[in-house]
Amino acid sequence: MKKIVISGLLLSLLAACAPNPPKPVPPVDTSAADAAAKKAAEEEAARKAAQKAADEAAAKKAADEAAAAAKKAADEAAARNMLPKEATSVYYPFDVDAIQDADKPAVQAHAKYLADHANVKMHVEGNADERGSNEYNLSLGQRRADGVKKMLELGGAKSDQVDAASLGEEKPKAVGHNEEAWSQNRRSDMIYK
Amino acid sequence: MLLRMLLGVVMLLQAGMAAAVLDIEIIGAGENQIPIAIAPFGGDTALASEINEVVRGDLMRCGLFRLIDARDEPANTPATVSFPRWRERGVDALGLGKINTLPTGRVEAQFFLLDIVKQRQAIAEVSTVNAGQARAIGHHIADLIYENLTGSKGIFGSRFAYINRLGSNFRLLVADSDGYNEQLVLARSSPMMSPAWSPDGSHLAYVSFENGHAAVYVQSLLTQQRVLVANFPGSNSAPAWSPDGRQLAVVLTRDHGSQIYTMRPDGSGIQRISFSDAIDTEPNFSPDGQSLIFTSDRGGSAQIYQMSAQGGTATRLTFGEGANFSPRYSPDGKSFVFTHRVNGKFYITTQDFQTGQMTILTEGGWEKKPSFAPNGKLILFASEGRGRGILATVSSDGRVKQQMFTQSGDAREPVWETRR
Repeated sequence: MKKIVISGLLLSLLAACAPNPPKPVPPVDTSAADAAAKKAAEEEAARKAAQKAADEAAAKKAADEAAAAAKKAADEAAARNMLPKEATSVYYPFDVDAIQDADKPAVQAHAKYLADHANVKMHVEGNADERGSNEYNLSLGQRRADGVKKMLELGGAKSDQVDAASLGEEKPKAVGHNEEAWSQNRRSDMIYK
Repeated sequence: MLLRMLLGVVMLLQAGMAAAVLDIEIIGAGENQIPIAIAPFGGDTALASEINEVVRGDLMRCGLFRLIDARDEPANTPATVSFPRWRERGVDALGLGKINTLPTGRVEAQFFLLDIVKQRQAIAEVSTVNAGQARAIGHHIADLIYENLTGSKGIFGSRFAYINRLGSNFRLLVADSDGYNEQLVLARSSPMMSPAWSPDGSHLAYVSFENGHAAVYVQSLLTQQRVLVANFPGSNSAPAWSPDGRQLAVVLTRDHGSQIYTMRPDGSGIQRISFSDAIDTEPNFSPDGQSLIFTSDRGGSAQIYQMSAQGGTATRLTFGEGANFSPRYSPDGKSFVFTHRVNGKFYITTQDFQTGQMTILTEGGWEKKPSFAPNGKLILFASEGRGRGILATVSSDGRVKQQMFTQSGDAREPVWETRR
């Protein structure tokens, strides 16, 4: 490889040494024409410079865009690769089964992933805090899980990709008769199977 | 003496000879306790003293009797009893008897109850049980005494079921009314809830999560054979037996939302009977089998409703502040018990069907899942004590309370058998 590079360099040096043909100098007064020609030349140069700047800007923009697109694609791919490994939970106010605004993007991201991966399946598990009868809380947890399943389906997941169940208040994540514990137990878990 | 203060008696019964599963604490007493003495029984000394202890324990715990010590007065037959002597000691009724092991190995108890005031024999009975069932004979004698002196059927010989949770291990258990003679029905490392007795006491229906979601099983207590009767996608729960034992009401989410269905106890013949877009759950049949009471949040908060056992329009029964859950009919069908949540506390509460009058029976706390004893005089429920889930009872007039502590873990979801 080195030899070839050197040969190339030599060739270009040889070309540089070749004698330029002498330019003929006209023997007549050409001042007016010269001025016009000079102006035209200057205009041409300005135009070329502007064109060059524009071309360079466009090229840079295109390159930037391509880089950004590549980065975004890489990020998305990374995000997709991450999704199935981690369960996501959504949380609720007391005795409420509607998915809160803050949790919607997460559910929608899972929906997209499920839509893009028809062979992947998910288990949604609803839970409730202890402030109700055990049976009422089982029903409430089921309503929460069913709500998540519905949003996943609206986001493109197929019905048979997602099953929804409830644990009610039977398996609390946090124990204690206080809001800190309760707030952790009012929860739906999205678990990839 | 007429004003017997509620805070008066607090007794802690230590675990006896047989493996006591639940320690029992009693708070309060009936307004007019009947003074009664149970003389030491004759015959086989060890058996006699075990049975005698069961009888006295039952009578003492129910809060309706005042036990007068009679250990210094052995009396085996009515003929040897001096009525005036017992009257002087302030005794209204005297129990006495003899326990023998028969050549067949069975245990025979002769028992007499004497009415000391009227100087006559109130009960004379001979009964036999298999060896090893001495406690059962004690409960039977206590039931005879209770029925004779209060006019209500005794419940000492009846059982209850509950769930014991220890970490992630769950056990479904059946115990005698005094917490002894515990029988393991099922152990799982996933939750179980909502046990329900068949009317003849032979089967339990319950909810188990062993398949990853709530499903309803029916299990024989004799053969231990179990049948999966409701296993639809989503949750299958809240089983309740019809009084004739021919139907189960269950709650299914298969058609979206928790709704009430009926089926045969083998899972066949499913029919939907509630049609709301709310949570309808915890159905309970009336003693005549004609109607159901259940919990629904169709009005915004959880409240108690009633409808025909065939379905149809539901009538709201509970109003006012707070939410209400877990309704169950009293055995006479005249009232229902439920858990009433208000200001962050749960209270065991009854309501009269005719007057709509609500009566709060407890001080409030984490009190859930009430059920009547078969005679309607006691209500069993889940409560909390010493930082654990415990079982508790309250008399239906709110006067006498008992707390039952498990050896370890939380006691949850108790239910008294309905057999009468």
